[in-house]
Amino acid sequence: MESKFYEDNKLLVFKITDEIDDCSVQKIRRRADYEIERYMPKKVIFDFNSVTFMDSAGIGLIIGRYKFANMLGGKLEVANLTQNVKKIFEMSGILKLIPVTQI
Amino acid sequence: MKERIENEMKLEFASKATNESFARITVAAFASQLDPTIEELADIKTAVSEAVTNCIIHAYENKQGTIKINAQLKENQIIIQISDNGKGIENVDIAKEPLYTTKPNLERSGMGFTIMESFMDSMKVESIVGLGTKVTLIKTIKKQEEKEKEDEIVSLTKE
Ligand SMILES: Nc1ncnc2c1ncn2[C@@H]1O[C@H](COP(=O)(O)OP(=O)(O)OP(=O)(O)O)[C@@H](O)[C@H]1O
Ligand SMILES: [Mg+2]
Repeated sequence: MESKFYEDNKLLVFKITDEIDDCSVQKIRRRADYEIERYMPKKVIFDFNSVTFMDSAGIGLIIGRYKFANMLGGKLEVANLTQNVKKIFEMSGILKLIPVTQI
Repeated sequence: MKERIENEMKLEFASKATNESFARITVAAFASQLDPTIEELADIKTAVSEAVTNCIIHAYENKQGTIKINAQLKENQIIIQISDNGKGIENVDIAKEPLYTTKPNLERSGMGFTIMESFMDSMKVESIVGLGTKVTLIKTIKKQEEKEKEDEIVSLTKE
């Protein structure tokens, strides 16, 4: 996973570059929470452009970061959803809660 | 027309999270004999990943165990059975409901069975408490001619 913090608008962007499953998700979660706590962003964006695989572990990951960012006063959005990722997010209903954005 | 030959494979591996990607990639490679689209292949990978992950975190609860996969190709269908000898499921109907999870503290969403059911054509779950669980997933891969026909219809309706 790559990340970039934009100081001006307090935006933290995570670009996930791994497959997202139960095995990989722990590492992503730890890193994301660490950086959210460190930068206290106003907005967090997860970029799915380079995600070649995701299963239900991705739903828990995004809901969990959404709650964590919220708790620290920030918002969370997702971007560049691939067909597979979109299908899974739509099925879970989380897109009613979390906006899809362009980056 | 290409002849569809019947084929079968069996896989047995340790219940470890690092084997999740091994399992789904292996089944996908086997399924590719049916000439699936990228999307159909992604559906199969996701469903297998859900079933295998359930064995690891629910059936064996991250303890030692063995997971078995049996896959068969029949005409243009793939039939995948994923089984464990873990703790079993008390009430399968409840477990299959969307958002039902016994491990919410691990950021599970309770969507595994729902995803398997909708990404495959059919799903059967058999379980005995204390003995284990067997999930059977079936998907029909559309024949090339049918896909081309569908594409034609789509392009016609667009004109
Ligand atoms: N192989 C299994 N052995 C024992 N219990 C299982 C097994 N598979 C599923 N279950 C039970 O069924 C419930 C629902 O499974 P499902 O895959 O739908 O959701 P989940 O695994 O809890 O969450 P998610 O898959 O969204 O991460 C599980 O919480 C668990 O209690
Ligand atoms: Mg599951």
